[in-house]
Amino acid sequence: MSAAIEATELVKTYPPEVRALDRLSLSVQEGTIFGLLGPNGAGKSTTVRILTTLSRPDSGSARVAGLDVLADPVGVRRAIGVVGQKHGADPEATGRENLVLQGEFHAITGRELRERVAQSLERFGLCDAAERQVKTYSGGMQRRLDVAMGLLHRPRVLFLDEPTTGLDPEARAEMWQEIERLAAEERMTILLTTHYLEEANRLASQLAIVDRGRVVVAGTPERLKSDLQAEAINPTLDDVYLHHTGRALRTANAELKEVGA
Amino acid sequence: MTRMRQTLLVSMRGIRVLIRQPAYLGITLTQPIIWLLLFGALFKAVTQIPGFHGGSYIDFLTPGIVVMLAITSAGWTGMGFIEDINGGVMDRMLATPVWRGALNTGSVIYAVLTIVIQSALIVLLALALGADYKGGVGGVLILVVLAGLLGAAFASLSNGLAVLTRQRETLIGAVSAVVLPLTFLSSALMQQSLVPAWIRTVAKFNPVNWAVEAGRSAAMEKIDWGLLASRFGLLAALALLCGVFATHAFSVYQRSL
Repeated sequence: MSAAIEATELVKTYPPEVRALDRLSLSVQEGTIFGLLGPNGAGKSTTVRILTTLSRPDSGSARVAGLDVLADPVGVRRAIGVVGQKHGADPEATGRENLVLQGEFHAITGRELRERVAQSLERFGLCDAAERQVKTYSGGMQRRLDVAMGLLHRPRVLFLDEPTTGLDPEARAEMWQEIERLAAEERMTILLTTHYLEEANRLASQLAIVDRGRVVVAGTPERLKSDLQAEAINPTLDDVYLHHTGRALRTANAELKEVGA
Repeated sequence: MTRMRQTLLVSMRGIRVLIRQPAYLGITLTQPIIWLLLFGALFKAVTQIPGFHGGSYIDFLTPGIVVMLAITSAGWTGMGFIEDINGGVMDRMLATPVWRGALNTGSVIYAVLTIVIQSALIVLLALALGADYKGGVGGVLILVVLAGLLGAAFASLSNGLAVLTRQRETLIGAVSAVVLPLTFLSSALMQQSLVPAWIRTVAKFNPVNWAVEAGRSAAMEKIDWGLLASRFGLLAALALLCGVFATHAFSVYQRSL
């Protein structure tokens, strides 16, 4: 198996002196779900922005689907699907119009595009809402449309930046099933960022815990937990997180909120 | 081919909103309508100043108002991209292999289309108020094309500024700071021979004045082809330059992410 995503020593600094990424490296095997776990501000979104060619690192290199993100950004964009943290759909346009635009941006046209859009609406349960403006959609429907748009051109690598943040438990469970199905049936490589331990535990076969712009530990969820056998009985991912960052994930998020406010 | 399709599809985003909410067009027209009526009444006596050529002030004013509405309307174009950036639409578009030029060009096409419709309505209103289009339909079309060209340049500037600053306030400030001075430093409201010499000098370099003078000559007076050709060339070059600036602004935006 080869690596579908390979990031080496990524550094990104925002002026004046915020070091968002501090020599972050990671490697994601083809056909697996990789979870990037960490509190807000740890560098997850910056990593995704660099890997999806939205942003450029100050130093370091990255390859996605075998292509260099700095040397061949257009090639990378053709190979990837991106579902961002924010909704990416045009709220004034209908669901169908959004999907068509997305397809055209990937140079899919005509009958091929119409068929894919129809299949996509069907698969994500948006047929009835297809001709409605997206601003009338519920949060869960918008999220499903976001994922549908990210998948329309059948990418080899899918980036999901906090795909279930803000969703109710029911919509979250649906999203998890869809992500599992994508990896199992379509052998898609998925990089998923989350600050929900439960989500990382359930979906990801490989995990990296990111803190202050670096990967502090990486491995399978089982291995990360078994590494702690000496310290705790039946350790959870919570314990793993606490062990490696010195903070509980919930506390870390709360701290950041306070700093932000 | 793909680039052209993508450009037109981007412009369709705006055009659809226009079709779904045509009332919006009416709201944006209130300002030029007020200008036309207000300035028309306020400066009516201008025609009696010795040295003022031509007939009624409404004849003189109409091309000025059309150009003024073009720059105001175009100035707000960047608001769309600020919404896109805040809503995550921009990042999603930039993560696709879409041709970067399509984003600005598509938005500019939509802006120019809006200006053309607005100009047509103002031209009709002025006609009802007694404007005499000596240049006929052809002359009016030339005026609208010039206004559209100037609008294209301003729409690109607005988009570039929007993508670089990502703040509504900056755009509002820029439009407010630019529209009136550029209008007053042109022959939009007042004949050039009646203004101070320094304003005449500044006006030579003012794109608003290029559009007003050539547009007025075409629509209202005996058309001056030499003037038209040179002003058209200048405005086309400006529109192109601003388009390049706006497209380049997207890569600056990405570098800041």
